[in-house]
Amino acid sequence: MSWLSNAFDRLRFRARPPSDDRSRMRAVANNLILHLHPTRVPAPALRFTHTWGLGGISALLTVILVVTGVLLMFRYDASVERAYASIQTLETVVPFGALLRNVHHWSANLLVITVLLHLVRVFLTGGFFRDRRGNWIFGLFLLLIVLAFNFTGYLLPWDQLAFWAITVGTGLLDYIPVVGVLVANFLLGGREVGQAALRNFYALHVAVLPVVLMLALSYHFWRVRKDGGVALPDQTGPVEKLTTIPHLVGIELGIALVTLTAVMLFAMLVPAPLEGMANPAHPPNPAKAAWYFLGVQELLLHMHPLAALALSTIGLLGLAAVPFWDRDDSAIGIGGRSTRGRKAAWLGVALSVLLTPLLVVIDEWWLDLPALLPGLPTLVSNGLIPLGLTLAGLAGVYWLIRLVLRTRHNEALVGLFSFTMSALVVLTLIGIFFRGSNMALVWPW
Amino acid sequence: MTTQPTNATPETTMSRRNFLSLGLGALGLVGLLQTGVMTVQFLGPRRVDGEFGGVVQAGLVESFPPGSVTEFPDGRFFLVRLADGGFLAVYRRCTHLGCAVSWQAAENRFACPCHGSYFDQEGDVENPPAPRALDTFAITITDGTVIVDTAEPRQRDAFDATQVVYPAGA
Repeated sequence: MSWLSNAFDRLRFRARPPSDDRSRMRAVANNLILHLHPTRVPAPALRFTHTWGLGGISALLTVILVVTGVLLMFRYDASVERAYASIQTLETVVPFGALLRNVHHWSANLLVITVLLHLVRVFLTGGFFRDRRGNWIFGLFLLLIVLAFNFTGYLLPWDQLAFWAITVGTGLLDYIPVVGVLVANFLLGGREVGQAALRNFYALHVAVLPVVLMLALSYHFWRVRKDGGVALPDQTGPVEKLTTIPHLVGIELGIALVTLTAVMLFAMLVPAPLEGMANPAHPPNPAKAAWYFLGVQELLLHMHPLAALALSTIGLLGLAAVPFWDRDDSAIGIGGRSTRGRKAAWLGVALSVLLTPLLVVIDEWWLDLPALLPGLPTLVSNGLIPLGLTLAGLAGVYWLIRLVLRTRHNEALVGLFSFTMSALVVLTLIGIFFRGSNMALVWPW
Repeated sequence: MTTQPTNATPETTMSRRNFLSLGLGALGLVGLLQTGVMTVQFLGPRRVDGEFGGVVQAGLVESFPPGSVTEFPDGRFFLVRLADGGFLAVYRRCTHLGCAVSWQAAENRFACPCHGSYFDQEGDVENPPAPRALDTFAITITDGTVIVDTAEPRQRDAFDATQVVYPAGA
């Protein structure tokens, strides 16, 4: 039987377990998964608070989603008559079915949060300078893929929540000039959300998007390696380098275990929402989109959909333009660019937390632009004017930070970025908690 | 060294090799376009028989009293009979973001729960964010029966009298 234990040993370790630095480095280089890492890592890149492990957590969540998603496919039925019933069966009959669905649901939701935080972290530590410019823009593309995953997955349970969130979400497309209605009809396979839409979304969710994500993610990781790993401040002297085993792998294992435990615990304690079966005649009141789109839905209450769409597009293009907008790469790897930049970031957050709710309340209760300007079409009075005012307000925030804190351009950009991101968070929170029946402003308690 | 025939202009002659590879490229392009069109057609919107989009026999004119609003869930529309006896088939899809509006008889209005739009009995916007009046479907009245064709909703900015269909002899 010694051949058996020998074979087993060869499977576990290609060689003997590494005991010195040279063999540890070789073990990393020769391992399929570990060779994503360099054999040695600069010590400052290992500091947890430099990256918060957000990219790694997102990657782990992706793996969890693939595994649980494939399992769910065996029990799911993408037909209007059977979809809801198959989810109910999963919830009540299938052993651990509810837990499996909860893990998938909450991992998907958590992934939206972690990839957004990852974006914030990379922005703040200047991870988009020099060679990393391309990967920054590519990362935004990955964000869109994650959102597309969540959007298509949202329809699949075929409950009221799913049906109306997708109806509202695709209704937004109708406002894109010229091609909007065509695109929406193509995506839904008809004029309204129905069997064709469910089939389309299922195929996108389990076949098309996973392939795109796998290719895109591989490229993203490869570029991280090729661009030199985590962005660090320019060094004058030699940098201490530590071997990947055990220094990096140990940290990664730790974060992975904490993440797994957290997701598992949350999934055991909080069930994924499931409302009544989809009823195309009766939208629930209020009908809300998925929570990560509630920021955009909140915008819709204040301006013409085309303006809200334009504002979101400008925001995304602005993020893509960051590497061209901030060219002072001497701040690479320094959180918030400088001490003053960090101050600007906090000022941006504070301004946003004060101004955003104030503007929402003013527009909701007092300001009625279409009534004030009755001669103009609503596309102008409720669209162009609020859009212009918002953009002017953002420019105002930039200059306010620049003048008050006497910052440089790149530090003021950090302030503008944190202002915009906080505004998104505030709008989302208002959409989740402060919107009640008929989408009127209410107290959540 | 090589002497060109005098009747040929060297700039416009194409070698056999070039001609063939150009033809091959053109064929490849045509093939790619064909496959693309086929894919788009394959994936495009499909109509399912028996679903919404056909002709609905709503009922006899007399069964709808003036001033009434009757919902036809399968046809996705409300049949409105105005106070003057005219008919209007109002598509229930809110013009804002596509939620289904419901008729609130007590307030005499259509209400969209998603974003709080209201419409009056004729489908005109009473309260934004809806940008325009509710769409309508074509109505024909033959032998005292109201027939609604739900194939294509008709967009309108606001209500006007030409959209109303009156029963013969009214």
